[in-house]
Amino acid sequence: MEPQQGQGKPHLPPPSLWPIGFAIGIVCILVGLIVSWAAAAVGVVLTVVFGFLWVRDATSDYRRPDVVPVPAAGGPESTTEGAPAPPAATGEAGMAAPEPGERFPRSVFLEGATLGLGTVIAGIVTVPIVGFSIAPVFQHPHHDEIDLGPITNFKEGQFVVTTFLRDPSEGEISRRTAYIRNNGFTDNVPSFTVLSNRCAHLGCPVQPNGPIFDKQKVEQSTKTGDVSLIPTLPAGGFGCPCHGGQYDQEGNRTAGPPVRALDRYEFYIRNGNLALGKTYSVSHVDGAAASARIHKYRETGPGQHVDGPEQWFYPLQPPT
Amino acid sequence: MPRKRDRKDQMLAAAQYPIDWVEERSGLIGGLRYFLFRKVPRDSGWWHTLGSATLTAFLVQLGTGVILAMYYKPDPNSAYQSVQHITNDVTLGWLVRGMHRWGASVFIILIFFHMARVFLFGAYKYPRELNWIVGALLVPLALLEGFSGYLLPYDQTAYWATVVGININGTAPFLGPYLASFLRGGSEIGPETLARFYSIHMLLLPGAILGLIGLHLYLIVRLGVSSPPWSKEAAGREREEAPPVPGSGLVNPAPRGVTKRPD
Repeated sequence: MEPQQGQGKPHLPPPSLWPIGFAIGIVCILVGLIVSWAAAAVGVVLTVVFGFLWVRDATSDYRRPDVVPVPAAGGPESTTEGAPAPPAATGEAGMAAPEPGERFPRSVFLEGATLGLGTVIAGIVTVPIVGFSIAPVFQHPHHDEIDLGPITNFKEGQFVVTTFLRDPSEGEISRRTAYIRNNGFTDNVPSFTVLSNRCAHLGCPVQPNGPIFDKQKVEQSTKTGDVSLIPTLPAGGFGCPCHGGQYDQEGNRTAGPPVRALDRYEFYIRNGNLALGKTYSVSHVDGAAASARIHKYRETGPGQHVDGPEQWFYPLQPPT
Repeated sequence: MPRKRDRKDQMLAAAQYPIDWVEERSGLIGGLRYFLFRKVPRDSGWWHTLGSATLTAFLVQLGTGVILAMYYKPDPNSAYQSVQHITNDVTLGWLVRGMHRWGASVFIILIFFHMARVFLFGAYKYPRELNWIVGALLVPLALLEGFSGYLLPYDQTAYWATVVGININGTAPFLGPYLASFLRGGSEIGPETLARFYSIHMLLLPGAILGLIGLHLYLIVRLGVSSPPWSKEAAGREREEAPPVPGSGLVNPAPRGVTKRPD
């Protein structure tokens, strides 16, 4: 008699090269996503072809024409009829074995009720727990405007390393840094360049490429916590210590891995004080200082493109 | 002398009694013997100890981690100070923290050695594929343990490494921004993030790892250790050929074209 599937003998699939081609295809796709669409297309073709061959190879045993075991006497039907009930499978020795497959309505109901109630209880417990853990993803954090003190603290044309509390109720952990330059007045409206120090690559703090005048530090107490102001001269723009991203004085990326320009803060003048609002992302800036044209986008996480075809990788953004 | 012999027998019986008592009521001793005194291939050697070494490294992490949790405070204002307190003030705190810190690397390194051994010996092949899959699930969990634990000292390295790590997650297409937001517990890294990472590091991931290790060990006990590729002995032992009973269960499916029950 033919041994059947899964019966005793280990069935070792024959050695096959197809999985290697399949793996190379996957690698091609991933590399192609970064390098070029053509490479990705080649990868897709490789993956599909080798995947098909692999599946065909692996399932060849199962797709062989059915070998109906030839019984000692009679056709296949007598095989099954003649098969003795496996004694070990029923287990309950001494009990009258019920007809295979016979069910009693009451036991079916109890079984269903147990499973159904169990599912309901599990659902009732799970939903709030999962909701509780992912809720912050969908919550709009509320930020009040940040008061940075009188605008006279910002000398025209000079960058100031400004640190402040994003949310005074959270304390020092929410201390953020912005590089702020007073661009003077255009048509009697004060203009400021307010760059976030969060690198657009992976979020490290960028540093001014130039001297920082610690001795001229100004501590300003405002209604949203202590603000410190240190003048700096970022002649070489800004640079990130983590992976070497470089930006010019308008926050445009000049070198390194960042995918866009530095984020900026919205600013307002309130009773002669400079106030910061929300942050927004910037693809790039044309021009400079007061006449800059800022290409402004909704705030996006570091490393995410806001323009170009890559922006379609990030169609939805959690609230910020 | 017979007297002394009696004494000895009595002592032995007294020692045996509690063991027998437990065995009779639980079968645990037999189970333990079944687990520990298994048959292994004659030519298995030092290479086969890497799995146990990994398990030992994990148990060390578990033990030292529990003790560290007694002193650690998962709050941004006191996390760093509490780690300094553990290192400098608590008796032998430097040792326990050091074991946990360096043990983490040892754990990861041993995992990869163990994985390499299994791969190069071909021990992932039939019938042990499921055990490889369970192991492949354990690898990312162990790496996540490393990632979530790295934030806890809350010094500059920890903070910025986590910022970068979370933002790398954020750049994943489509759901990346949400994943980053979930890890941060909001749109900004703050107190929520530390508490979240602490909980993930000491409750969620170790629980998942323990469960999968249980499954890993169950499969090893059930399937046995594979012999090395240079073994002269045939892989697997012969099974007694039982007459096949069609349609009697999952492992013995009915042949195609044959109905399970006569109509």
